[in-house]
Amino acid sequence: MTKEMTDTTTTRVIEIIAEQAVLEPGDVSLDQTLEDLGIDSLGLVESIFAIEEAFDISVPFNANDPSESDFDISSVAAIVAAVKTLVTQQAS
Amino acid sequence: MRRVVITGQGTINALGRNVPQTLEAMREGRCGIGPLEFQDVERLSIRIGAQVKGYDPEAHFNRQKIALFDRFTQFTMLAAAEAIGQTGLSFSGEMATRAGVVLGTSGGGMNTLDENYRSVYEDGKNRVHPFVVPKLMNNAAASHVSMEWNLKGPSFTVATACASSNHAMGQAMQMIRGGMADVMVAGGSEAMLCFGGIKAWEGLRVMSKDACRPFSANRNGMVQGEGAAVFVFEEYEHAKARGADILAEIVGFAMTSDASDIVMPSKQGAARAITGALRDGGLNPEDICYINAHGTGTAANDKSECAAVADAFGHHADDLMISSTKAMHGHLIGGTGAVELLACIMALREGVIAPTIGYQDADPECALDVVPNEAREAKVGATLSNAFAFGGLNAVLALRKAP
Repeated sequence: MTKEMTDTTTTRVIEIIAEQAVLEPGDVSLDQTLEDLGIDSLGLVESIFAIEEAFDISVPFNANDPSESDFDISSVAAIVAAVKTLVTQQAS
Repeated sequence: MRRVVITGQGTINALGRNVPQTLEAMREGRCGIGPLEFQDVERLSIRIGAQVKGYDPEAHFNRQKIALFDRFTQFTMLAAAEAIGQTGLSFSGEMATRAGVVLGTSGGGMNTLDENYRSVYEDGKNRVHPFVVPKLMNNAAASHVSMEWNLKGPSFTVATACASSNHAMGQAMQMIRGGMADVMVAGGSEAMLCFGGIKAWEGLRVMSKDACRPFSANRNGMVQGEGAAVFVFEEYEHAKARGADILAEIVGFAMTSDASDIVMPSKQGAARAITGALRDGGLNPEDICYINAHGTGTAANDKSECAAVADAFGHHADDLMISSTKAMHGHLIGGTGAVELLACIMALREGVIAPTIGYQDADPECALDVVPNEAREAKVGATLSNAFAFGGLNAVLALRKAP
């Protein structure tokens, strides 16, 4: 296990993504993309919902143009980083 | 074969309280989308829609009727009154049994549901009004139309999400053609602009926060609207015999299922519906001058719809006009095909093509003549109206100039 994966935010995000991909969390690595994991557009929208619920944050994401949303979904690592940013920004 | 013509049209939507107002707005390319106004709107992230503003139910209906008519039924009754009034038809005796009503809606009495859930869940009340069920049921509007105008023939409601009213009008047309009825009232209605209605759509993340821009490269989602449009379909000889003013002929209809995905559209399913409607109407691709697109302003629909049109029409796709009027009246979900049929009839009767407003940047994946931003004059002999629903259910109608 890499060092980044030891923090709880990372672990939780990976658990959410793994559940959507029907994989064990241990089989999801940070450099993978959602496409690598077989997560389609509906799976992505569900993952984002689960992330919002888990971290009590609001994720800016429009399914019409995922690449232009402020929320970077280009890889698992990018999603973890984006979630961490949002958790910090939206902590109140 | 029995032919079917349209002899009455009525509407209420964000662009106007009747057909003349709506067509004027379409000619001018006016936008009916604005800030939503209803309880708890501040808890939504999507706060725009094409709402019927300044609408007062008491100006149209008495207390007893308001107790029974959800907003979607009220809209239907107003549109039906305009459409049936225009025909001058009245229904009694044999005539009543040969006339029916088929309407589309997706959410039915959504405002009634929302208000009453709020009352029992949020306010903790343990009693609801006795008419909640007859008010919210999806067939309430069709039933009230049949009661008000004494239509005793085939009558029901169709719910196929965004294709509901096209499916309803297609059914009505086939019933006249097949001999089940001589006159059918058909169309659709939707009134989903309430907290619960928009909150549910928000979840899907396909709604735009700022504008509906169909076919534009910078489009970012759909915007909901509300309202109704209702038509009177009549068997051609029946209409001719009484010297009716015929607005257009409805010549073809086809429906298909993608059988693939619950939300993502399929080019093949849409193309098969388009080709089917042409074939059913005895039309060649070259006969179609104008298509009123489904054109929701989502990335997925507009791209797939343009590809379907290109497939179905071949080289003629570059010669025809295709516009989405949703940027003006919003997406009326189960009522949308009905309001959009008004634009098709305007094209046939007045030679005016309603524009796709809000168009800013060309998208190579939507490289058709989308009539950007300004209405255009054109001689139109035949049109199509597309509707492609969530669930992959497609319904396309083909219209011709009045015979």
